[in-house]
Amino acid sequence: MEYWNPRMERIPADELRDLQYKLLKTLVYKLYNFSPFYRRRLKESGVLPDDIHSLKDVSKLPFTQKTDLRDNYPDKIFCVSQSDVARYHVSSGTTGKPTVVGYTEHDLNLWTESLARSLTACGLGRGDTMQVSYGYGLFTGGLGLHYGAERIGASVLPMSTGNTERQVELMRDMKVTAISCTPSYLLHIAETGEKMGINIKDDTDLKTGILGAEPWSERMRDRIEEELGIDAYDIYGTSELSGPMFTECQEKNGAHVWGDQMLIEIIDPASGEVLENEEDGELVVTTLQKEALPLLRYRTGDLTKIYDGVCACGRTHPRMARIKGRTDDMLIIRGINVFPSQVEHVLMSIDNVGNHFQIVVDRKEMLDNMLVMVEVNENAFSDKINDLMLLKDRVGSKLRNVLNISAEVELVEPGTLPRFEGKAKRVVDRRTL
Amino acid sequence: MANYAIKQISIFLENKPGRLAEVAEAMNEAKINILAFSIAEAGDFGVVRMLVNKPDEACKKLHEKGFTVSLTRVLGIKMKDEPGGLYEIAKILGDSDVNIDYAYAYSGTSGAVFILRVSDLELAIEKITEREVELIEDTLFE
Repeated sequence: MEYWNPRMERIPADELRDLQYKLLKTLVYKLYNFSPFYRRRLKESGVLPDDIHSLKDVSKLPFTQKTDLRDNYPDKIFCVSQSDVARYHVSSGTTGKPTVVGYTEHDLNLWTESLARSLTACGLGRGDTMQVSYGYGLFTGGLGLHYGAERIGASVLPMSTGNTERQVELMRDMKVTAISCTPSYLLHIAETGEKMGINIKDDTDLKTGILGAEPWSERMRDRIEEELGIDAYDIYGTSELSGPMFTECQEKNGAHVWGDQMLIEIIDPASGEVLENEEDGELVVTTLQKEALPLLRYRTGDLTKIYDGVCACGRTHPRMARIKGRTDDMLIIRGINVFPSQVEHVLMSIDNVGNHFQIVVDRKEMLDNMLVMVEVNENAFSDKINDLMLLKDRVGSKLRNVLNISAEVELVEPGTLPRFEGKAKRVVDRRTL
Repeated sequence: MANYAIKQISIFLENKPGRLAEVAEAMNEAKINILAFSIAEAGDFGVVRMLVNKPDEACKKLHEKGFTVSLTRVLGIKMKDEPGGLYEIAKILGDSDVNIDYAYAYSGTSGAVFILRVSDLELAIEKITEREVELIEDTLFE
């Protein structure tokens, strides 16, 4: 059994809790003294740094929501000045404003350390060649995995997404042993390979898949492992914390969440009450060591549970189950987070379409496809096809600019999309996982 | 003075079974006669264009039924049934720098009629009526 950081990964459980308590107490002191946002928040909730006497006291602390990041756009919630920020990543917010996350050099190191431990736990290391097929750029996936894989001594092939035929060709020619991408994209790569006469199982050296950034199931894992002849591991992360961070180990029994970096809790999303191990609820994360954007009890919106017991691999850190769903209406399309409210925001900015819309998500040739159906505005109806086509293109390109993924647009007759009293159900998700 | 700007009805329709039948049914209910008709399709939607005997009434009826309708002014040109008939018209418009947005034709009781939406209706009427080309008056349909 290989470990990247054996001392930390196998730290006795009580020592880990003690370490977490110390880190938490330091964090709360730091936030109270250096973050105007958290100082206000802590005062409002009536909890002061001196009120934290044990790890359990974390439950007294106030939550942080995604909207807090949006309301403090772009960097008003940061705890360091710009000169200490080494990198920014940007993800989509719930409406017009994106979410900006800054990283100091120390933060980037923590992230890379986390992935180095995780990738090692998946059996990867020097001698492996990893094809990173997550998007590079503002999205955290590409660069995160890139530096993690470099740290463990693997050779990195920074493919990013797209150009699938080239992905297959280089996978074969460079003797790639591991790939990181979304599970659906890996299936698409395999399918494209078949069309080119390249069978991933027989014609490449691929042995390991580090797959995530979208929900998937055990059924899909079985299918990928069997069809491609590889071991497929789930990876978890969320852009507000540090993109992809935690994977399963070779036991494939929950992702190891490095407790010296993140303190996780599962809460009842309705009451906010902390739940026991093995109980399903919303994942709440406190960043114990981050500098640029430390978060106190950040509500991820992801539904999961924490497993009981110690993993056979010897790692003592908490294990988290696969993500079962969301507490909100966020969609994950080709690994990118999409909120229906963003679509609404875009449509409201275009005069010639109505405000009613429907999103239909489907999987075509293994890839997610998003269709946005929107009603044409009766007053703006031109009988020239060209005007309508231009309108459609305009909606499409505006959506692309805001969502960072392309969407198909369909113009429909006014009054034909379903109307809702109360909470609108704007999304039809036909994907089967 | 004769009015050559004919009222055409345009309807935005999703490209799915039964939608056209609903348009036709509405026309039938209102006892409106369809004289010329075309469908322009663009993937998942299309635009139905037609000339009817009572355009205002037809428009009102379709609107009541929830259709997206607009009234557009078009030209109806009587085509000469001889070689060069289309050329003559296209040349007049081209020489006058008038663009044809779209066109369709129907076979009237006294020969073929060419229906056009153009970029400059006034100019097109002026140039065409200078020549020996017969334009249809909008009253013809009523």
